[in-house]
Amino acid sequence: MSTILQVRNLVTRFDTIDGIVHAVNGVSFDLEEGETLAIVGESGSGKTVTVLSLLRLIPEPPGRIESGEAILYDKKTSEVSETSEVYGGAPPLRAGGAGGGGGRDLLKLPESEMRHIRGGRIGLIFQDPMTSLNPVLTIGEQIAESLVEHLGMSQDQARQSTIELLGRVGIPDPAKRYSNYPHQFSGGMRQRVMIAIAIACTPEILIADEPTTALDVTVQAQIIELVKHLRGELGMAVIWITHDLGVVAGLADRVQVMYGGMVVERALVDYLYEDPRHPYTIGLLGALPRLDKRDARRLVNIEGTPPELMTAPNHCQFAPRCAYAFDRCWQEIPPLLPVGVRHEAACFKSGNQEIRTTDP
Amino acid sequence: MITNSMLVRVEDLKKHFPITSGILFSRRVGAIKAVDGVSFDIHQGETLGLVGESGCGKSTTGRAILQLYRPTSGRVFFEDLELTTLSDSELRLLRPKMQMIFQDSYAALNPRHSVGKIVGEPLVIHGVASGRQLKDRVAELFELVGLNPAWSDRFPHEFSGGQRQRVGIARALALNPSFIVCDEPVSALDVSIQAQVVNLLQDLQERLGVTYLFIAHDLSMVQHISSRVAVMYLGKIVELADRNELFDNSLHPYTQSLMSAVPVPNPKVERKRRRIILEGEVPSPANPPEGCVFSTRCPLVTEACSQATPEYREVRPGHFVTCHRVSSLRSQAPSLKSPVTCDL
Repeated sequence: MSTILQVRNLVTRFDTIDGIVHAVNGVSFDLEEGETLAIVGESGSGKTVTVLSLLRLIPEPPGRIESGEAILYDKKTSEVSETSEVYGGAPPLRAGGAGGGGGRDLLKLPESEMRHIRGGRIGLIFQDPMTSLNPVLTIGEQIAESLVEHLGMSQDQARQSTIELLGRVGIPDPAKRYSNYPHQFSGGMRQRVMIAIAIACTPEILIADEPTTALDVTVQAQIIELVKHLRGELGMAVIWITHDLGVVAGLADRVQVMYGGMVVERALVDYLYEDPRHPYTIGLLGALPRLDKRDARRLVNIEGTPPELMTAPNHCQFAPRCAYAFDRCWQEIPPLLPVGVRHEAACFKSGNQEIRTTDP
Repeated sequence: MITNSMLVRVEDLKKHFPITSGILFSRRVGAIKAVDGVSFDIHQGETLGLVGESGCGKSTTGRAILQLYRPTSGRVFFEDLELTTLSDSELRLLRPKMQMIFQDSYAALNPRHSVGKIVGEPLVIHGVASGRQLKDRVAELFELVGLNPAWSDRFPHEFSGGQRQRVGIARALALNPSFIVCDEPVSALDVSIQAQVVNLLQDLQERLGVTYLFIAHDLSMVQHISSRVAVMYLGKIVELADRNELFDNSLHPYTQSLMSAVPVPNPKVERKRRRIILEGEVPSPANPPEGCVFSTRCPLVTEACSQATPEYREVRPGHFVTCHRVSSLRSQAPSLKSPVTCDL
């Protein structure tokens, strides 16, 4: 597998009345072709700001992408014709990078080119489909728009493809539903429409930001099945952002846990659940009530509250809530280091048996 | 009519909200059957979990029990009193014994009052304490829920979601209630904060012996905290049982599919699980399906299901279910048996 997206040392800040909010503090990760990477974290962990930054969807001001790069590589296997036509202008940043072709830094592309990337090579689904859809345009028009814009289809072609897409995301009677408005759809159906828009141009990457959080659990199961199915069909990589470690277990190949705007642990999905190494991950897993463990144990209490991010981090962000914190945790930021095969953790005690005795 | 161990009894409770049409002369054109005939008991000191998807009527049930909504029909008993026959002023005298914790702690707390005043208000209204005594009791309540008493002069916006929920809990506890309806108390909170609040609720139950009706959409959370669980769908209780009985031997196809849809934080289990993916979504309570309310989505539906309304009956001691097919389900239909418990 080769890397399709490479994010390095991303730093995003927001200027507010109360001061600077340090939302993302040096996040790096790779996304491989066709893999599903879950970014897990609680509110304020920086998971959403990370992906919005690399898509350049952060409102500036108040937001500011301070530094970093996000290299999108050309897909090795993709037909060059379609992409080279649209993105042919700029020379590749790195010839023969980790991906097959050259890559482009999304953070430096002109806005006109970003517009082709968003919705073209990278599809997006948001949490709230009602506010993401335009209430005065029909569902069909909104999907067709992206086909006309990105693939240069004629209106008729776009209409045909849209109806096909609606069918593919499981909307019954798609030809009739084409001319319906968003308010005529239920929450789950709207999310299916969002998915149809996101996959319209067969993107290489699908970014899903808490797509099932607002949905009921039976509908959530439907949507997850749909994304799994489409992922296989289109061979796209998926970045799935969520706060729910349960959803991720059955969906992701790798999991990246974020806290205080930093990556604290990253591992293949099995390792993360079997042998979590960061005290925050361990606590988070223990804090979940679960159907598969029946004993009336107590949930793990992670004392305290998440950091407010009003100062630039100069120590471990989790130290104030960590039961194992010692002097060093308060003096420097623990780097994200390998602790096993494709398993990294940012904790000075990650190898320590002391923290691993807790059964997650 | 009510035994010693029973604190609350609900009999055929219905709450229909009218749908009106017209501006000047509004007339009734229909009804939202939010709660449509539910019956259950809540035992002293237990936690009864009430679980269901949005719009199933679980919150309305909670409010109708406390008479915050006057039920359309049916009876609610609390201790030995029939709440549904009492006047508002009579109910007011009972309020100290039955309290509520809300989902949205921000909306539930007056932003212009200090949290100390909020927590002390029930004591003032019911004339239980004043002056020094009031201050002491408020401080005691703050400590009970894990808040610093020195913060009592602060305002709700100065607290985080979890802390505000603690304020809501302190207020609910102020008058030593015996029964608290917890309406999605942790749904709006982050996972690590959820655990804090749930642990607090469990500690308080242990210390004070208070009885909970715990309403939530999260089946795994309900399973964790409850002694018995009732599953609601479109205004009806489709299944009610002891929590272990429900999770090991669920009988209703809706309970089974709901359970199979709940993700488990274990990749190995997730890979092996068989999901029952329900088709479509919950029908509108303004126009529920004929016969069994679940018949439009049920994977085991037969012709009889859409004709006759199934009865809510006790199929095993303490295990109630509303399904025509239950007797046949148990003997055949291996397709749905224990979808969640496989290999767990």
